Amino acid sequence: MTRHLTITAGLLAAIASTTPAAAERLVTSISRHQVMVNSSFTGTSIVLFGTVEPDTPASRRRAAGYDVVVTVTGPRQTIVERRKERVLGIWTNIGSRTFLNVPSYLAVLSNQPFEQITNPETIRQLQLGLADKVFPQVLGNDIGDVARDDSFRSNFLRLKTQHQLYVQKTNGVTLLTPTVFRAEIPLPAEAPIGNYDVDVKVLADSALLTRANSAFEIIKVGFEQFVANAAQQYGLLYGITTAMMAIMTGWFAAVVFRRD
Amino acid sequence: MQIYLPIADLPVDIFLVLAMGLAVGFISGMFGIGGGFLMTPLLIFIGISPAVAVASVASHIAASSCSGVISYWRRRAVDLALGLMLLAGGILGTAVGVWLFTVLRGLGQLDLTIGISYVVLLSTVGGLMVSESMRAILREQQGKPATPRRGGAHTWAHGLPLKMRFKRSKIYVSAIPVWMIGFIIGFVGAVMGIGGGFLLVPMLIYFLRVPTTTVIGTSMVLTLVTMASATVMHAATNHLVDAVLALILMVGGVIGAQFGARAGQNMRGERLRLLLGLLVLAVGLRFAFQLVVQPDDLYSIRMLGAE
Repeated sequence: MTRHLTITAGLLAAIASTTPAAAERLVTSISRHQVMVNSSFTGTSIVLFGTVEPDTPASRRRAAGYDVVVTVTGPRQTIVERRKERVLGIWTNIGSRTFLNVPSYLAVLSNQPFEQITNPETIRQLQLGLADKVFPQVLGNDIGDVARDDSFRSNFLRLKTQHQLYVQKTNGVTLLTPTVFRAEIPLPAEAPIGNYDVDVKVLADSALLTRANSAFEIIKVGFEQFVANAAQQYGLLYGITTAMMAIMTGWFAAVVFRRD
Repeated sequence: MQIYLPIADLPVDIFLVLAMGLAVGFISGMFGIGGGFLMTPLLIFIGISPAVAVASVASHIAASSCSGVISYWRRRAVDLALGLMLLAGGILGTAVGVWLFTVLRGLGQLDLTIGISYVVLLSTVGGLMVSESMRAILREQQGKPATPRRGGAHTWAHGLPLKMRFKRSKIYVSAIPVWMIGFIIGFVGAVMGIGGGFLLVPMLIYFLRVPTTTVIGTSMVLTLVTMASATVMHAATNHLVDAVLALILMVGGVIGAQFGARAGQNMRGERLRLLLGLLVLAVGLRFAFQLVVQPDDLYSIRMLGAE
């Protein structure tokens, strides 16, 4: 919560390239830096626009065109995954795996399948796909990631994807012109409150050219914020109020429905 | 119409939740039970985390039982003295139950313990109630006198010292079994996260011979006090009571409870017991089914601390 938003004047957040050899400048902008959660919030989406500006004549002549990969990472959580097994005829949680500080929300959007963008080596190195990311897990006394075909790991990704909290769309980025792109970041209603980092990578000829970072946050506003704060900071008072509300509701119904 | 819940952190259909409150409220008013053992699984089913569900259901049960208590009170069907005596045992039972809950969680396998307890408890209680009330109904149809409920019909509970007279219920029993029943209800409620009304009603009927007319109203007094304090405790310690969710459930619940109470008053005692027995048995069998049938998904994920 201490991280400051990189809101620059206007909506354009231009970040200089981090790759020294790059001859491209990447400029991105997101439609909103704050998503307000009120009582009618049922999920939303944020639109990201960007342009790649070739600086040198050599880069202007790039034949294959640019590829864009957008990664959105939500606030981190520690998640316990459990597996049921049959013991004496009863299905019960036997195995469990703890995922330490993994993104609560993770979206990977690109303009085409990663295999067509670059080679497997680079995909792994840049952790392009959902399954290529590192998910630290508690393994005995160690903390580390496991092979991709590990059942806990793959089922973790499957469940997160089912809840629409992990998203991978290889057609999620649209190139409006060879240098201008647009991506829509889907945010389900279950997306947790907090800061979200947006990382945009531009690749060409199987190599990373440049990347840019941006951010947005999801916050509760109005009544939702009031209730959440009250519950957190004045627990006892909040509880007494809720209990009183219950008694009043019950009493009110008994009075309204009185027939005799 | 969707509404975003501030503590549960997800949107729900307001009419669906209202309908759930109505249905469970009806059952709760009719049988004098809290209905937590029905509502909590329903809320978890629509995606609310178990901890928020358990904490918010407590206030819903408090509201339903409050409305029930008032309407039974008007019909002079509440034995306040008996309710207060039960409560005395219930508070101690809750404290011991919370302690055991912590111990069990430390040992792991709390899920399984709760699952098996649900199956054993609900199936046994439901089965006993069904068979007893069926026998009563059959006896009545054969023209024989209904369940003997004369002054001389005593159980072992009547032979103990510290006798007290509960005027409203027209019973004269020892305070010891009353405290014991209160203790068991408080204990089971804390360990299993249920109000325990479905256990309390048959126990009062079979062990103390409390007449059907006062048993429900009295049971509701106990439920009201325990659930109102559970709401405050949950809110103060876990901060997981969703007031918006609770309010929607309450509004549905109190309306349902009013109609339920009316339906219950118009029904014969044996029939009411048979219906409640069937309901309890059905929920017990459903839990048993869940334990023995291979689940659709063997894997589940949950945020640490959200259980």
